[in-house]
Amino acid sequence: MSVLPITLRDACVRRGGHVILGPVSLTLAGRGLTVLMGPNGAGKTTLLKVLHGIVRLSAGTVSHDGDDARGAQAFVFQTPIVLRRSVAANLAYPLKLQRRSRAERAERIRDWAARIRLEDHLDQPAGRLSGGERQKLAIARAMIRDPELVFLDEPTSNLDGRSTREIEDLLKAARDAGTRIVMSTHDIAQGRRLADDAWLLVNGQIRETAPAPQFFDQPAQPETRAYLRGDILE
Amino acid sequence: MGDIWAGIAAAFRLIITADADLVEISLRSLQVTLSALVIACAIALPLGTFLAIQRFRYRRTVIAVLNALMGLPPVVVGLIVYILLSRSGPFGVLGLLFTPTAMIIAQVIIITPLIASVTHQAMRDLWAEYHDLLISLNTGKLQRVGTLILDGRRSLLTAALAGFGRAIGEVGAIMIVGGNIEHQTRVLTTAIALETGRGDFALALGLGFVLIALALAVNLATHYLGRTESEGRW
Repeated sequence: MSVLPITLRDACVRRGGHVILGPVSLTLAGRGLTVLMGPNGAGKTTLLKVLHGIVRLSAGTVSHDGDDARGAQAFVFQTPIVLRRSVAANLAYPLKLQRRSRAERAERIRDWAARIRLEDHLDQPAGRLSGGERQKLAIARAMIRDPELVFLDEPTSNLDGRSTREIEDLLKAARDAGTRIVMSTHDIAQGRRLADDAWLLVNGQIRETAPAPQFFDQPAQPETRAYLRGDILE
Repeated sequence: MGDIWAGIAAAFRLIITADADLVEISLRSLQVTLSALVIACAIALPLGTFLAIQRFRYRRTVIAVLNALMGLPPVVVGLIVYILLSRSGPFGVLGLLFTPTAMIIAQVIIITPLIASVTHQAMRDLWAEYHDLLISLNTGKLQRVGTLILDGRRSLLTAALAGFGRAIGEVGAIMIVGGNIEHQTRVLTTAIALETGRGDFALALGLGFVLIALALAVNLATHYLGRTESEGRW
């Protein structure tokens, strides 16, 4: 059964008396790659985690049961988390959780290691990888069990141009293979390169959702225009 | 100073001639301590890890009690175990008093809080590192505990070694519940106490050096086998 669509109705998250997200109402459905944009502290990470089901709402509703939904989803964090194991063992971990056979694990590990160009590092401790390699490993580990929906939280922040390009190529390939992707980024040029549609989040609230050409070239909201110009949003 | 040299000479003599009593006492020391260590680790490692990842109502109290129990006076433990195992005690029918089993029970009670507490500290840090990933991958409680124990094994080795160090050097409790019976429950520490009481300081020192050598050998072997000092070996 598909995890999509995911619908938020008046979703709010409060921490210590402060509203950090919401109220947000939206529906995540369809195909393609959605880019979530917004200034620091807008609530992008919280929104992604709410959609993924790892942050509980203080008010409002989300249409999925977090535990069941996460099985068909994956999340890539801004700072890549690698297990204190080899590269191969990191890739094997989600497959072991799903009790995939040893033969299937070996095949998928070889395939994904080649895609992220770490096939010569499979026995190396993941902790020795560079920042870009770690992020590629984290993305491969998220994708290796063919999730229907993947969330990425600023996956290329702090990476150089080459690593960024490699990760964008991975994401395009996954999208073309039918994986639904939602990623946050501050990089407007990256948003233009990757997005099929885009959302703008400011102060915990969605200000605009639109197909990418309209969002980037003819935004409907003044705040979107200001954000794309590089103005500071209050 | 003369006693120290005489002790060193006695230690060499005992070791080089493979003194039968020394071998028997040393092997019993190792048998009792390692048995207690295995049992204590089986309890303390999952317990410490569980306390690191699970939130429940009286968690802080449980952790505070566990930390306090690290300072449990061995003589009091010995006394309580003695009362429980004595003929008039609730477990007297088992006939365990003045046997190596009674000594193992006392040592397990003494070192379990120590190992659990050190484990909790180490696993708390690792859990902070892994939390988002393991929640995102929809892992169950047992899978989380298993993953942390596997990936934190270096830290757990340190916890186990701390337990071993405390157990191998323990004398008060095992003197009470073991009785220091020759060829039955005499171990290195109780033998040292006996020889000191008899005024045979040279032999007591000799046994002491053997005890120290044993503790160092086990620690070094564990470090070597576990390669705890190898940088980035995870």
